[in-house]
Amino acid sequence: MSERLFRAPASPADLLIRGARLVDPGVGVDGQRLDVRVRSGRIAEIGAPGLPADGADAIDAEGLTMLPGLVDPHVHLRTPGDEDEEDVESGSRAAAAGGFAAILAMPNTDPVVDCRPVLESLISTARSSAVVAVGFFAAISRGQRGAELVDMADLADCGAAGFSDDGHPVERAGLMRRALPYSRVTGLRLTLHEEDPSLTRGGQMHEGAVSAGLGLHGWPSIGESVMIGRDVQIARYEGVGLHICHVSAAESVAELRRARDLGVEITAEVTPHHLCLTDEAVRGLDPNTKMNPPLRAETDRAALIEALADGAISCVATDHAPHRADEKEQPFQQAPFGVIGLETAFPAVYTHLVEPGLVALETVVERMTAGPAAAFGLVPPRLAVGAPADLALWDLAAAFEVRPPYHSRSHNSCFAGSLLRGVCMLTVAGGAVAHRAVRAVAG
Amino acid sequence: MNLLPPARRHLISIGDLDRAGIERILETAEGFESVMRRDLKKVPTLRGRTVVNVFYESSTRTSSSFELAAKRLSADTVALRASGSSTEKGESLKDTIQTISAYAPDVIVIRHPLVGAPAIAARHTDAHVVNAGDGTHQHPTQCLLDLHTIRRARGTVEGLHVAIVGDIMHSRVARSNIIGFRTMGARVTLVGPPALIPRGIEALGVEVSHEIGAISAADVVYVLRMQRERMQEGANYVPSLREYAALWGVTAARVRPDQMVMHPGPVNRGVEISSEVADSASSRIVDQVRAGLVVRMAVLYDLLTDPTGHDARGALRAVPAGLEVA
Repeated sequence: MSERLFRAPASPADLLIRGARLVDPGVGVDGQRLDVRVRSGRIAEIGAPGLPADGADAIDAEGLTMLPGLVDPHVHLRTPGDEDEEDVESGSRAAAAGGFAAILAMPNTDPVVDCRPVLESLISTARSSAVVAVGFFAAISRGQRGAELVDMADLADCGAAGFSDDGHPVERAGLMRRALPYSRVTGLRLTLHEEDPSLTRGGQMHEGAVSAGLGLHGWPSIGESVMIGRDVQIARYEGVGLHICHVSAAESVAELRRARDLGVEITAEVTPHHLCLTDEAVRGLDPNTKMNPPLRAETDRAALIEALADGAISCVATDHAPHRADEKEQPFQQAPFGVIGLETAFPAVYTHLVEPGLVALETVVERMTAGPAAAFGLVPPRLAVGAPADLALWDLAAAFEVRPPYHSRSHNSCFAGSLLRGVCMLTVAGGAVAHRAVRAVAG
Repeated sequence: MNLLPPARRHLISIGDLDRAGIERILETAEGFESVMRRDLKKVPTLRGRTVVNVFYESSTRTSSSFELAAKRLSADTVALRASGSSTEKGESLKDTIQTISAYAPDVIVIRHPLVGAPAIAARHTDAHVVNAGDGTHQHPTQCLLDLHTIRRARGTVEGLHVAIVGDIMHSRVARSNIIGFRTMGARVTLVGPPALIPRGIEALGVEVSHEIGAISAADVVYVLRMQRERMQEGANYVPSLREYAALWGVTAARVRPDQMVMHPGPVNRGVEISSEVADSASSRIVDQVRAGLVVRMAVLYDLLTDPTGHDARGALRAVPAGLEVA
């Protein structure tokens, strides 16, 4: 898609996909049955059913739905440093299995992606092992310590997708005030993990009735929204755009709307787990329901769904955060924050939002393709003749139980044990087949 | 006939028991009271059973009463303390529980400083797990012994008004007691400084007051210690202990003789409660400790026998010696 996304060379696909229902609001198709020909990795022809195979691998997609390849602007690939949890290859395979054609990885690794050698090494790894397009954010501050800015222009030149201290907030307003206008020099956007540590210190889960009953320290919704408020003010003062990571609270949605009204160029993302689950899921103290920001109350979930539907939040992002099994087998209070999400993102949103009629399928597709692509200046995947083949075939009638084996190297899913509808049968990313399901699962 | 073994029962939260379950355990505890009045205070009920006490946090009352409770029922007991064991060598809770479980214990009693530890333990053992306190989460046997103490003093819990005063935020005792007292039909009011009463606690069916005067309407004044060891440094829950004592300390001037005063211990005299009140005739603090023994006997008995008449291993339930004379 651009020189900020990298993948391993793969043989370009020659396919004839027959009879799928195409859904791509970006090109105005909403369920028409069409044949799609992929030649040399590009969409060569879209036409009424009955196109001749002409020697291409013909796929019977009768009853399946074709969507553009999804774009995830927020994953953790755990490399360098924690390759026992994930790496570029396993993470990109998980992405392909979830219908993603492109993912953007956060820099909170060990070492942190805060200088050219680390970023170059990751780019080189992606060029040899990524099965979908992978981009890499660089840190905002050296070591993500919140004290000194990284060499942002140098990292942008090297191929960074943007800048983030994700995993940590930029605690000092003074540093944020310098980082935001400097990001414009690089042409790349800051994507901000918003958390006021003085309000969230020791926080284990959303502060509310459930945390009060469980005795877990609360991570209050205002711990997020006051920091968004601060950064919106700085961005407005400096006249710069910004992106907000994993918005979780109703108060934060209110801040986003206020920022829009003030004319601030702001984009934001929400995770499938914040859209689908609430703090009620934490009652059993399963460490796989522990993440940062935490699952919140039903009123927060309702505000997030409304914001996704009306565009105040323009992206779905998984915040895919792999952790070793032994870390997640510790008592809740000790277990690390984070859940995996690439393989369940679209099925979870489809099951919990589209099927009950809360958000239209076209809207979800837009928020998982063009929305994140626009926020980070990427070319959006499109089901259009001439475009690179970034697409996925879904069986939206089939359901599957979320359980191992996963393509991800880690198993910490908050949807484990639940039944989700929507099985990804085929993913073509960057013109090459990146995932092909062995068989459909009945459901 | 159902050939599947009955699901293993644990006691992790007082919420694991409904009102009938709590009453059943309290009746059993009442039966064991008569054993305590005997010259020979031991019954053969749990002979051949093994109870392992795993304590990751210091405890005087709870660990000694669980150990004695198991011994009075003739069970074999093993006590493991975090210090001096393999946990200090970096062993995980899961591994420790699996190691203990290799000896096929019937009950694992666990105390741990972290919320959720007994839930993790229950995933990795075939034994019944009893939570003897996990961080700020739950302490169900404390709740049962408090209910037993109130029933013995007042006949019933139903309809009583209980004020719980102090550091609710960091108290597992408060969390268990709120649920247990409400289940048994008491009205509960929480009293303390704003930062020590967690936001959202009203959802448990309690009233909240920041005025110490609110305790005057209560039949039972349940006092909690300031749990400084669980507080975050610099969090400023209250400006100082001196100011706390002045505004929320339970002093003789603030309670009447007809009110019952309770405290789960350890007591910080002069902070949350004055010595005058702690040692007064209204105080049931010593009764609470005493109740711990029979109630923990009753919990072990209840878990190892099936209340419907068969024990977990299919043998006919034995009538515990002591109950027949109760």
